Amino acid sequence: MAKANGERKRGFLSRLRKGLSRSAGSLTQGLGGVLTKRKLNDEALQDLEDILISADLGVETASAVTKTLAANRYNKQVDADEVKAVLADEIAARLAPVAIPFDFSGASKPHVVLVAGVNGTGKTTTIGKLANNLREEGKSVFIAASDTFRAAAIDQLKIWGDRAGATVISGNVGGDAAGLAFEALEKARAANADILLIDTAGRLQNKTDLMDELTKVVRVIGKLDATAPHSVLLVLDATTGQNAHSQVELFQKACNVTGLVMTKLDGTARGGVLVALASKFGLPVHAIGVGEAIEDLQAFDARSFARALVGLDANET
Amino acid sequence: MFENLTERLGTVFESLTRRGALNESHVTEALREVRVALLEADVALSVVKDFVAQVKEKAIGEDVVKSVTPGQMVIKIVNDHLVELLGGETQDLELRAAPPVPVLIVGLQGSGKTTSAAKIGLRLKTQEKKKVLLASLDVYRPAAQKQLRVLGEQTEIQTLPIIEGQMPVDIAKRAMQAGSLGGYDVIMLDTAGRLHVDEALMAEVTAIRDAVNPAEILLVADSLTGQDAVNVAKSFKDAVGVTGIMLTRTDGDARGGAALSMRAVTGCPIKLLGTGEKLDEIEVFHPDRIASRILGMGDIVGLVEKAKETLEEEDAEKLEKKILKGQFDLNDLASQLRQMRRMGGMEGLMGMLPGIGKAKRQIAEANIDTKLLMRQEAIISSMTPTERIKVKVLNSSRKRRIAAGSGVTIQDVNRLLKQYKQMAGMMKKVGKLGRRGKKGPGAQDLQNLLPPQGGGFPR
Ligand SMILES: Nc1nc2c(ncn2[C@@H]2O[C@H](COP(=O)(O)OP(=O)(O)OP(=O)(O)O)[C@@H](O)[C@H]2O)c(=O)[nH]1
Ligand SMILES: Nc1nc2c(ncn2[C@@H]2O[C@H](COP(=O)(O)OP(=O)(O)OP(=O)(O)O)[C@@H](O)[C@H]2O)c(=O)[nH]1
Ligand SMILES: [Mg+2]
Ligand SMILES: [Mg+2]
Repeated sequence: MAKANGERKRGFLSRLRKGLSRSAGSLTQGLGGVLTKRKLNDEALQDLEDILISADLGVETASAVTKTLAANRYNKQVDADEVKAVLADEIAARLAPVAIPFDFSGASKPHVVLVAGVNGTGKTTTIGKLANNLREEGKSVFIAASDTFRAAAIDQLKIWGDRAGATVISGNVGGDAAGLAFEALEKARAANADILLIDTAGRLQNKTDLMDELTKVVRVIGKLDATAPHSVLLVLDATTGQNAHSQVELFQKACNVTGLVMTKLDGTARGGVLVALASKFGLPVHAIGVGEAIEDLQAFDARSFARALVGLDANET
Repeated sequence: MFENLTERLGTVFESLTRRGALNESHVTEALREVRVALLEADVALSVVKDFVAQVKEKAIGEDVVKSVTPGQMVIKIVNDHLVELLGGETQDLELRAAPPVPVLIVGLQGSGKTTSAAKIGLRLKTQEKKKVLLASLDVYRPAAQKQLRVLGEQTEIQTLPIIEGQMPVDIAKRAMQAGSLGGYDVIMLDTAGRLHVDEALMAEVTAIRDAVNPAEILLVADSLTGQDAVNVAKSFKDAVGVTGIMLTRTDGDARGGAALSMRAVTGCPIKLLGTGEKLDEIEVFHPDRIASRILGMGDIVGLVEKAKETLEEEDAEKLEKKILKGQFDLNDLASQLRQMRRMGGMEGLMGMLPGIGKAKRQIAEANIDTKLLMRQEAIISSMTPTERIKVKVLNSSRKRRIAAGSGVTIQDVNRLLKQYKQMAGMMKKVGKLGRRGKKGPGAQDLQNLLPPQGGGFPR
């Protein structure tokens, strides 16, 4: 989805790398301090595991990754860079199967994309960025303002719609989210739009009534187009820790998530929970958010993500 | 997905049958599980390491009381230390300053600042009848200022009029002026979300702080946050001088280890919790609740209580032995009184716990007069150790001294002694009965023997 032209990409990578290297400072130090000219013994492996835990991989996954490393390298003399590279390769291998770009090329018109997630993760912003990318590809884009709850959510979305050149369909504050999605789909159809993006209110996955509301959105738009929504994106915040497991599980139950987007990777959070999610759920990771500006949505690349995660230059070969 | 810590520790200690003090190897093994539990709860690794080291020191050599497994004992120690680290007691906002008192709200993008600013405003307005002004200094996020205005309308709290193009520091100054002119008590300054590593935006928020000199600088942070919590909290604390933390989305199902991480690295108290999207969903922070949540066990309180009860049971057993030997003295009476009083004081607490209803009813039926119990304890504590063991030495001058020392009349002292003698007499009988039976009398039998009338010894 994200434009692959080289300049843009370098921009992103250095941006991502820059963001990650801020926190990777300690990571790199850790690795350097621990491993320079040293045997990869139990103690060293424990330190590596710790480093992965600090990147939110979770205890289980961090330990699994380190074990693989141990199986290949145990008691070998290693230097810090070598270990980092191997560690990155191991993580990249786990992520590669889920690094799948957006695909809105199906036969349906409009292709309906439902965007869901916990409060404040970046759904509305991601929709703005995504709409912009789609517009630049020459697609006509409608956006449904189905967050009828949050104060000024509609105004916020309208501003993003203007920036991206997309048509925002909105209703009354406090109105029915599913009804609005239905209306927006009707209008997008009538206008022969290519894509309909549905912005929904943030909700915590343990709130059954709110999750039911999401299920209702899916059901109601299904009345117009039985195959809709064609994509259901769950937006995850990179600062989130192990709770992401529960988010994926319960959102999947409520609305059949088809893919993930991870935002806020421009901070010091490294989003390592994705590694665990990849093996547990196998859901595609389509894109990452690396800033608040409209161009800050980028395709998810397993290798650069993994390298940045362990504190290596993301795009070096 | 997370295994309960009780289960984990259960497995660790399964093989352990020997009771006694916790030795180093038990503790080390148990703490391995504690470490994993804390990490799964998103407590930052560095904080977990310190925590585990501290608990280890506390736990080794600790007596394991009977009927409590070593695992439960460790949990109790872990829980107590967690509560302590989380801050022990509740702390509210510190707004004692000349009005208008500015409160600066800072934090990462999307953490819940704007919502929390309005919630705090509403709380101050309704609970403390404060006149509050809300001001948005967020000139970056689309419709941010409008969002706060809408929240102001919903809560019927004034918001600073929006002037397009005005920059944050100037808005802050304008808010303070408007606050002085309008006779406001508190000015809530909501700022844009910013990354702690964004130097320009961190400099901006420092400039805002310097312009208004806030009474409180609240870091609003998401309770779903993972390992990054330490970086965020430390950076904001170092750069802006955070005075307190508000933890949002505690209505979620996250274990909330970020609370411990942030508290540990900043030393800042967690003051408030966001408990929902609605504007009245705000609460003061209770360390014990968050502690049991981090450990992933709602039943921790029950467990800890059980441990306490067990200790009391052991006391009762000791007492029983003394009775069998005819050695019930005033020290024993004092400890009985203390226990009864403590149970009365726990009544409120126990009412909140499921399954404790029965005990609560019993206490209510017993109709414990806490004040009386305290007075009786005071009498005994005014006695010398010899007097407590050998009641016979108590002549009238000693009694006068005791009465004066405990602030009661001589009659009160006499009444207590009479009751003690009655009890001791009955205890002797029980003792004889007990020797004949297989088992001695239980604590309940003893209580049943207490004289129901006069002096208020509850039965
Ligand atoms: N640094 C950074 N900030 C982001 C990113 N994506 C979104 N944000 C910011 O996060 C905040 C919340 O974003 P929104 O798009 O409003 O989030 P949302 O999920 O729609 O929020 P609700 O509708 O309230 O649940 C805003 O301040 C965004 O600018 C990102 O990739 N990086
Ligand atoms: N469930 C729940 N949602 C909350 C809580 N506090 C805030 N929210 C929601 O979190 C989302 C983001 O809240 P905001 O107040 O806009 O966050 P913010 O920090 O001001 O965001 P930016 O200004 O973009 O940085 C909204 O959807 C709020 O309704 C809470 O305690 N519980
Ligand atoms: Mg939104
Ligand atoms: Mg805000």
